[in-house]
Amino acid sequence: METIVFGLLNGVSYGLLLFMLSSGLTLIFSMMGVLNFAHAAFYMLGAYFAFTITGSTSFWIALFIAPVLVGLIGAVVERFGLRRVHPNGHVAELLFTFGLAYLIEEIVKIVYGKTAVDYRVPDLLNFAAFELYGASFPAYRIFVIFIAVAMLVGLWFLLKRTRAGLIIQAALTHPHMVGHLGHNVPFIFMMVFGIGCALAGLAGVMAGNIFVTDPAMAVQMGPIVFVVVVVGGIGSLEGAFLASLLIGLLQNFAVGINLKFAEIFGFLGMTDLSEVGRISVSSLAPVLPFLLLVLILIFRPQGLMGEKEL
Amino acid sequence: MSTPALSLKGLNKSFGPAKIINEVSLDIAPGERHAIIGPNGAGKSTLFNLISGLYTPTSGTVELNGEAISGMPAHEINKKGLSRSFQVSNIFTNMTVRENVRCGVLHSMGQGYAWWRNIGSNKAVQQKTWEVLEHCALTDKANVPAALLPYADQRALEIAITIAGGADVILLDEPTAGMSHSETERAVNLIRRASEGKTLVIVEHDMGVIFDLADRISVLVYGEIIASAPPSEIRGDPAVREAYLGDEELPEEVA
Amino acid sequence: MSDTTRGFADLAPSTGAKFRQRTLPILIFAAILFAIPMAGPSRTFYTLAHQMGINIVFALSYNMILGKGGLLSFGHAVYFGLGGYLAMHAMNWIEDGVGIWGAIPMFFLPLVGFAGGALAGAIIGWPSCRKAGTTFAMISLGVAELIFAAAFMFDSFFGGEQGISGDRMNGIELFGLSMGPIDEVYWFIAFWTVVGVIGMWAFTRTPLGKLSEATRDNAQRVQFIGYNPQRVRYLVFIFAGGFAGLAGGMAAVNYEIFTPDALSLVPSGFVLIMAYVGGITYFVGPIFGAILLTYMQSMLSDFTEAWLLYLGVLFIAIVMFAPRGIAGVVFGFLDGVRGENPGRYFGRWIMRLVGILLMLMGLIVLVEVSVRWSNGYGEVYEPFGLHLGHGNVLSWLLVILPAVAGVWLTRFASKEEEGQ
Ligand SMILES: Nc1ncnc2c1ncn2[C@@H]1O[C@H](COP(=O)(O)OP(=O)(O)OP(=O)(O)O)[C@@H](O)[C@H]1O
Ligand SMILES: [Mg+2]
Repeated sequence: METIVFGLLNGVSYGLLLFMLSSGLTLIFSMMGVLNFAHAAFYMLGAYFAFTITGSTSFWIALFIAPVLVGLIGAVVERFGLRRVHPNGHVAELLFTFGLAYLIEEIVKIVYGKTAVDYRVPDLLNFAAFELYGASFPAYRIFVIFIAVAMLVGLWFLLKRTRAGLIIQAALTHPHMVGHLGHNVPFIFMMVFGIGCALAGLAGVMAGNIFVTDPAMAVQMGPIVFVVVVVGGIGSLEGAFLASLLIGLLQNFAVGINLKFAEIFGFLGMTDLSEVGRISVSSLAPVLPFLLLVLILIFRPQGLMGEKEL
Repeated sequence: MSTPALSLKGLNKSFGPAKIINEVSLDIAPGERHAIIGPNGAGKSTLFNLISGLYTPTSGTVELNGEAISGMPAHEINKKGLSRSFQVSNIFTNMTVRENVRCGVLHSMGQGYAWWRNIGSNKAVQQKTWEVLEHCALTDKANVPAALLPYADQRALEIAITIAGGADVILLDEPTAGMSHSETERAVNLIRRASEGKTLVIVEHDMGVIFDLADRISVLVYGEIIASAPPSEIRGDPAVREAYLGDEELPEEVA
Repeated sequence: MSDTTRGFADLAPSTGAKFRQRTLPILIFAAILFAIPMAGPSRTFYTLAHQMGINIVFALSYNMILGKGGLLSFGHAVYFGLGGYLAMHAMNWIEDGVGIWGAIPMFFLPLVGFAGGALAGAIIGWPSCRKAGTTFAMISLGVAELIFAAAFMFDSFFGGEQGISGDRMNGIELFGLSMGPIDEVYWFIAFWTVVGVIGMWAFTRTPLGKLSEATRDNAQRVQFIGYNPQRVRYLVFIFAGGFAGLAGGMAAVNYEIFTPDALSLVPSGFVLIMAYVGGITYFVGPIFGAILLTYMQSMLSDFTEAWLLYLGVLFIAIVMFAPRGIAGVVFGFLDGVRGENPGRYFGRWIMRLVGILLMLMGLIVLVEVSVRWSNGYGEVYEPFGLHLGHGNVLSWLLVILPAVAGVWLTRFASKEEEGQ
């Protein structure tokens, strides 16, 4: 029972974090056709900026300033880098962001050093929200869920209630029509890229102190976010949401299950003398997103919510 | 009558709520040159996409020489001897003209997906490529990258790739669109020679070309065929005049 | 119109042109490889040359899918690694004389690698090649992560952290090579590098190779000339996996050890950078890229710990300003000086070069000063007897002035070109 409740809560908070990342990625992709390989690098920047800002002021200021800073950097990257590469096609754009991810990681290593920095959960939230069956659930995780939902509402408001949102929405459903919208398209591209990066930065602020803030955090998170986007169906916000939660829950439940394959499939004659039998479900947790990816590819190549394409 | 080369039976296609092709039935005899005309957005290209396997029909069937082909993947349909061109030039832009045509030739020369032989050493492939290039008057530009061709030559290359595989049913989607008068004339000659002894289905807006070329004309309006008859009858058909031709000047009988 | 005496033969390049464009470069390449040992190179040089040979084959195999097939993969090292692992196991089988393995010379291990890579490509490519474009790229990344993680679960094949090691001095000797000393391994590497290069070049000349280019250009149209683009991609993918495995087999013999790191995202990213920096639109591009980057990797990493940063900057600069890579720059230069007004072209070129060097100088000072400041050991960057600390005004002048001058020069050159 406690595994289920905690798995659920942890899964949801982790899933929502994934959605913060994947929604920005999806937004950028739908609008510009660019898969931002550096997305996780912006996530890392968010965590590091939050660390710096928290050090000199407080976490609460960092919560607002760090994403904005990351967003600004994103906008600058779009304006002076991506825009230049755009005429060479999407592969070139993807490669540009790939190089950017490399570069950001190296710069972070120089500025902040190669080891983890001490970015901590703020004292105000560093207590147990409740106890259940003798285990406690950290309040900060509740806060993460709260912020993620706030972001969801904010995103919804932006998309449905503002002019820029309407244009972005039009772009989501009819990507080819964006080009006919007039001269402000480059500006919208810059804004969207900036906002997408800011969302990644926000995720970094939220996650950097739950996990570890070190130069490897981008490389660890990146592939999972891409899996989320592909599993959900590239370019679909609903799909990204579903896939985020699915992967969040899957991973967190798996972590709680200490069974080995031999115990599960013992009736098939599998013993823990065999290599497969010795693998435990919890050790599979990090691989699950990728397994899911392969399964989806075989059985539903367009992704959960993606449209069938040629 | 013998088996029609191409036979459409109760063909329907919807995109969401929009019904683009509505109960189209049509038989085209082997060796016939058949033109499809209709206003913009009538569904002519969509019809071609259904026949050639790019789209699957919502309902209805397509038969090629008596064999049902609807639902087959496009490349299977092509192998069965149906080839098509596109309204917007759809060529291999980073290859030369010769390489473009050679790709079109490969399959019919039994090259398959071969990876064990040199493409350049097969005389039959080279010979056929040369013939097609000559046929389409592209020999002078054989080694020009396709992307650098002038528009009219790109259209010619589009046709060249289409006929290169030696299919006996050829669908051409507005082959002369956007061409000047003399270029159109050249293209019509090319099409006439290319379709000799073959079944040709052609979508065209240029009435001169159609009345010059076609044995029979079908008029497609809002996804429905409202008339299908020889040119002389189409010209006199009041429904056609009203629906499509309108006040457009019809060319007089060609001598 | 043409007269009847003309035929398809007129279209093909003349025998002389064929020799110059196709046979000659390969002959020169082979001649260089043959001449190298005559110069009595050092051990370091051999080590570097072997790594280059392996990377040349690896990068070319990558370009089969990226440059010629239009498929961007972030997981190509998987095939290199799996091929290499299989070769590694085969090496041990040869040593133990398992079954028929005792009768097979070590020299042929790259073929085992080829088989392993191709098999992996055939299995993994089946679900991944249904998609092209961005989706394919993401899938390749996910699959690579999966295989890498699995490598730590199946110790019997991957050998855990330590990997699998072996001894190449076993089995039958071929060509009198015991494969022990490094200069004997050289012939092995040289042989397979040439085989790999010729093999992949020949592939571009086959129907499948041409169809691969056609599919890259326009997958939709390929369907309407009777081919299934997914099948084309899949077959090409298998071959690319095979040649990557060949490189893996070469590496297995060269290093006598394979660890799971060989199939991680790091070498996958590196091969992408090698191929792209070299120039993916040219067959020789990845060869240039492999030689240059292997050199940088081994030399630069001795000089500076920030070499990955320089690599990132180089890569981004190539993506932004020279998308056809080094090969594009070289051939563009050759065309330019042969074109009209070579003098002015050359002038502009020199101006650009100087501009780039100036910017590079600013960058180097900035990075090196920062790295030393970051390490916090109080070390200071001291080129040419200068003493450049982060608090030194001279350091910042040396960053800003060359950078500004460099930007100005390159811009000026571009403006002049446009004005012409
Ligand atoms: N994939 C699609 N999804 C939705 N609607 C489509 C699609 N393809 C075509 N249509 C719609 O079907 C209608 C018919 O298009 P089609 O291209 O077949 O017309 P057409 O007769 O070829 O016109 P034209 O003379 O301009 O070439 C158009 O309204 C078009 O918007
Ligand atoms: Mg049309």
